[in-house]
Amino acid sequence: MISSQSLKRLAIAAGAVALMALPAVMPALAQTPATPPPNKGDVAWMLVATVLVLLMTIPGLALFYGGLVRTKNMLSVLTQVFAIVCIVSLIWVTYGYSLTFTNGGALNDYIGGFSKAFLVGVTPESTVATFSNGVYIPEMVYVAFQMTFACITPALIVGAFAERIRFSALVLFTVLWVTFIYFPIAHMVWYWGGPDAFGNAAKALAAAVDPAAKKTAQDALDAVTGDAGLIYKWGALDFAGGTVVHINAGIAGLVGCFVLGKRVGYGKELMAPHSLTLTMVGAALLWVGWFGFNAGSNLEANGVAGLALLNTFVAAAAAGVAWLFVEWGVKGKPSLLGMLSGVVAGLVAVTPASGFGGPMGCIVLGLVAGSACFFFCTTIKNAMGYDDSLDVFGIHCVGGIIGALATGILVNTALGGVGIPDYTTKPGELAVGAYDLTTAIWAQAKGVLLTLAWSGIGSFILYKIVDVVIGLRIAPDKEREGLDIAEHGERSYNY
Amino acid sequence: MKLVMAVIKPFKLEEVRDALTGIGVHGMTVTEVKGYGRQKGHTEIYRGAEYAVSFLPKIKLEVAVDAPLVDKVIEAISTAARTGQIGDGKIFVTTIDKAIRIRTGERDRDAL
Repeated sequence: MISSQSLKRLAIAAGAVALMALPAVMPALAQTPATPPPNKGDVAWMLVATVLVLLMTIPGLALFYGGLVRTKNMLSVLTQVFAIVCIVSLIWVTYGYSLTFTNGGALNDYIGGFSKAFLVGVTPESTVATFSNGVYIPEMVYVAFQMTFACITPALIVGAFAERIRFSALVLFTVLWVTFIYFPIAHMVWYWGGPDAFGNAAKALAAAVDPAAKKTAQDALDAVTGDAGLIYKWGALDFAGGTVVHINAGIAGLVGCFVLGKRVGYGKELMAPHSLTLTMVGAALLWVGWFGFNAGSNLEANGVAGLALLNTFVAAAAAGVAWLFVEWGVKGKPSLLGMLSGVVAGLVAVTPASGFGGPMGCIVLGLVAGSACFFFCTTIKNAMGYDDSLDVFGIHCVGGIIGALATGILVNTALGGVGIPDYTTKPGELAVGAYDLTTAIWAQAKGVLLTLAWSGIGSFILYKIVDVVIGLRIAPDKEREGLDIAEHGERSYNY
Repeated sequence: MKLVMAVIKPFKLEEVRDALTGIGVHGMTVTEVKGYGRQKGHTEIYRGAEYAVSFLPKIKLEVAVDAPLVDKVIEAISTAARTGQIGDGKIFVTTIDKAIRIRTGERDRDAL
């Protein structure tokens, strides 16, 4: 009753606004096309970036993880990662893209709607906004690029409960997890109207003279500002997915290894990696692919994409150096696995900061992330006694939190950052907004906390559901035999 | 006829082979094995997880020779395989009852 009344009122108000706006809008529409056509350089770069991000997952992440497990579980990890890519990409085009990147009506703060389910309305002609006024890329490319992010995030979680989860349970968990955790978080962080929506609304406000028109224009600007995800509206910056991808997957992994429990023989038997050679190949592919992940997240081929690429390079290098030397000092030997872990920790940490910070700031970030993640994986994990098989929490969540918070510091132009993006004070161009350290850090912290809570609690519920429906954990005798034979009927190496 | 079986450090295999060829031994069988004696094992650390690895990689070498040659074989192996460090390995000698070359059917000393 109430809702139908308010709907009616809304409709009348909208009609009135439309009528008032009509004379002003009509000539504007006649003069300018809806959006300018995409630039071929941008399109070419985004196609390449999309492929690079897929390379991170298969074979990059699959080999990185696969090399770290014992021979008897190698194929299970490869199969899990590969299956997640196949399943999630289908979910993404079915309803994932729509739930992430459309307006969700009453729930718009948290999740999108179904208006683009089955990619309805997404055509080779339709476009999406980037971060520059007047620059657009084809929506098809954007759908594919974002698809690779949806694919890698649940694949990251696999490392936490590797060597003991039932394959069927993993499949069900993946479907539920992307639906109830990934799509909402991605919507909350990345859904917004785009630069031109802000610019045009701000221009209209500046042009308005009489109070009535001002009020209308202000309402229109508020509507544009309000049509975004919750974390975005808080002002939290996440260039390429520090919260959406890494903190999100990292905390889900931690909860997972608590729910599933330790591997049989953990702490008593030799669980050394079966092939650090393959782990090195995987880590190198992750690094290369990460350029598509971070620099591609700029959505345009320009200087900021170059900045993101360079930041990604140096932060990873710094974190690799940090872990290598800290381990050398503390444990006596510089290990390859340590350096690879450091590089991945650096890549994780620079992800949210890559397009916001400066290269020198990102080197410091890498050094901090490499050292902190070393401490987490070697000391705190042992002290707490959980069995996070491949350190998904210690590297992705811890590195992600460090990176997310540091982004609030490194974005400062005084530290070589690009500044807080502001599309309204100089409508039509990207200006540097006012910077306040406390505000920036608090915005980042709120984004981190909401992600930790949403994914932590949500994943716990989903694990419990899957445990009741299918059973998460494989039987102990099968676990001893190895998941490759028990679950997949194959073995990795037949000599 | 004697079977000389030696367990040596893997990187010493080439030197041992050269020494044996030098005294006229023209065949041997080599196996990659794992084991430990007084050397015990070593520690491996993966991302802070320490594992005590007690079985170390070694090479097991088997040579069948005519009895008079045994002392020279023992001498050649011990000289070539020695580093002076703990873990250099051991040599065992046993007697062979029969030997047959499969291709020709030759027996015993002719088959060596």
